[in-house]
Amino acid sequence: MANIVAIVKMVPDLVEELEINDEGTGLDRDWLRLIINEFDNHAIEQAILLKEREGGEVTVIAPETEGVEDMLFTTAAKGADRMIKLAGDFEEGVNNHALAHAFAETAKNHQPDLILTGVQANDDLDGPVGPLVAEYLGMPYIGYISGVTLEEGRAIVRKEYPGGLIGEMEVTLPAVLGIQAGEEPPRYVAISKVRQMMKTAEIAEAEISELDFSGGISAKRMYLPEAAERAEMIEGDEEEIAAKLISIFKEAGAL
Amino acid sequence: MNEDIYVLIEHLQGEVAEISYIMLAAARDLAQRTSGEVIGVLLGHDAQDLTSTLAADHIIYADHAALAEFTADAYQKTVASLIQENEPSAFLFGNTSIGADVASVLSARLSLPLVSSCVQISNGKLISQICGGKIMAESDLAETTTLVTIIPGGYKAEEGQSEKSPEIKSFNAPALDDLRVTLKKYVEPEAGDVNISKEAILVSIGRGIQTEDNIELAEELAEFLGATVCASRPIVDQGWLPISRMVGKSGQSVKPKLYLALGISGAPEHVEGMAESEMIIAVNMDPNAPIFDIATYGVEFDFFDLIDPLLEQLEEIE
Repeated sequence: MANIVAIVKMVPDLVEELEINDEGTGLDRDWLRLIINEFDNHAIEQAILLKEREGGEVTVIAPETEGVEDMLFTTAAKGADRMIKLAGDFEEGVNNHALAHAFAETAKNHQPDLILTGVQANDDLDGPVGPLVAEYLGMPYIGYISGVTLEEGRAIVRKEYPGGLIGEMEVTLPAVLGIQAGEEPPRYVAISKVRQMMKTAEIAEAEISELDFSGGISAKRMYLPEAAERAEMIEGDEEEIAAKLISIFKEAGAL
Repeated sequence: MNEDIYVLIEHLQGEVAEISYIMLAAARDLAQRTSGEVIGVLLGHDAQDLTSTLAADHIIYADHAALAEFTADAYQKTVASLIQENEPSAFLFGNTSIGADVASVLSARLSLPLVSSCVQISNGKLISQICGGKIMAESDLAETTTLVTIIPGGYKAEEGQSEKSPEIKSFNAPALDDLRVTLKKYVEPEAGDVNISKEAILVSIGRGIQTEDNIELAEELAEFLGATVCASRPIVDQGWLPISRMVGKSGQSVKPKLYLALGISGAPEHVEGMAESEMIIAVNMDPNAPIFDIATYGVEFDFFDLIDPLLEQLEEIE
């Protein structure tokens, strides 16, 4: 039996065009489409896999931003037992230090054996959130994890290194793990099941008294990258492009 | 606080990791601004020999049995004690499986600011690359020791290498008992059917391929080109290709003659494994995909609209 908490956040959907705000200091959030951080999605999958294997409960905690309720109902449909929304001023985007304080404060109340979160998120600018939460709670942290086995009072984890090397590590519980990939790809749930959860499941709210931004940084300036050199773009309809590609393949000795 | 820039030298199984040299090069840029020295910090056990190629003004070396291989706890304690004693201007870590586990925890433990995913130093400013390489963020060094995690892309490893061995000064690691994290063993990657780092032509697929069935199309194309199919992380995480075919961070670094990137956006984690390819052809629907910034040729097109005419024309000339 394990009490597992997954801490997750919504991040900019990189498929959409990103714009900078008028001050030039952050993303223009007015038109920003948010999706769950893909690594957090793996953390949720790993949490549910552990619950299915070892028994226990999974609690998912996320800050209140647009789309968070749909995301939390989806995790309920996947098998999460409790969903908690952090109520606070998160909509404008907060640094991970502030977010980690809020996560730590709420996660602590659930006396977790294990806290799982994505190893990183695409909008991290002051480090990933997992190690900060670990330190605020006095727990050990290991990141880049792609496999977890629970034993009495400890976990055996697979930590990824470059080139496919794995370090098998032992960590005492409670601990925070930064998940790179779950042991299985994030499961798919039918939209009908999510709709059903919207009717039957409840999302609890945790009030965050005050956001503590200390320790985090805020960028002096944000901008879109100015490439020194850009690719030579091949134009035309699909037949013309295919023909040009073939002549490039020939030049490169691939044909 | 002093003006020096410290770099945590990363090593695994007796080899210095490439990111260490990249960080030394970045540190040199910063040190010129602060008028300080570049100091490599090596934690290990009987590891002095690892310092000979490091382009640092000197090395601070902590030797301890518990530091022989990386574990987060032992590294965090040792680096924390070094920062408190010496208060460097900045401390650089790799945004890697080693560095990221240390830097963030110490930011919380020592209440020091942390700037992550820094790719370049420009006029003393830290330039970070976020949102999959689509946004750049500029930050300043703080008044206290600034912790920085570095990603590859801005510096070449050679810039951080040197022929002359730097002087080594030893540092006593703090008490390293009651460690909560221990390394049990390394598990070597299973050899795949092919070693993609040795292939001359690679057809690489990313999220844009959408479904597993479409891998077949990439394989057909690869067959015409005498190429091997490889992929970015999301494809491997879906279980569509084995991890031996993954290019990028935690995967393989490749330098083929031709790298055909299909539906790959070009996030820094992928680019660090393939940027050195001789020729890169990128096909992506998103005109802002960062892959076009490093590609030789680009096609702003849906892969699915292009693949059929391409395969047909290849069929004809065969």
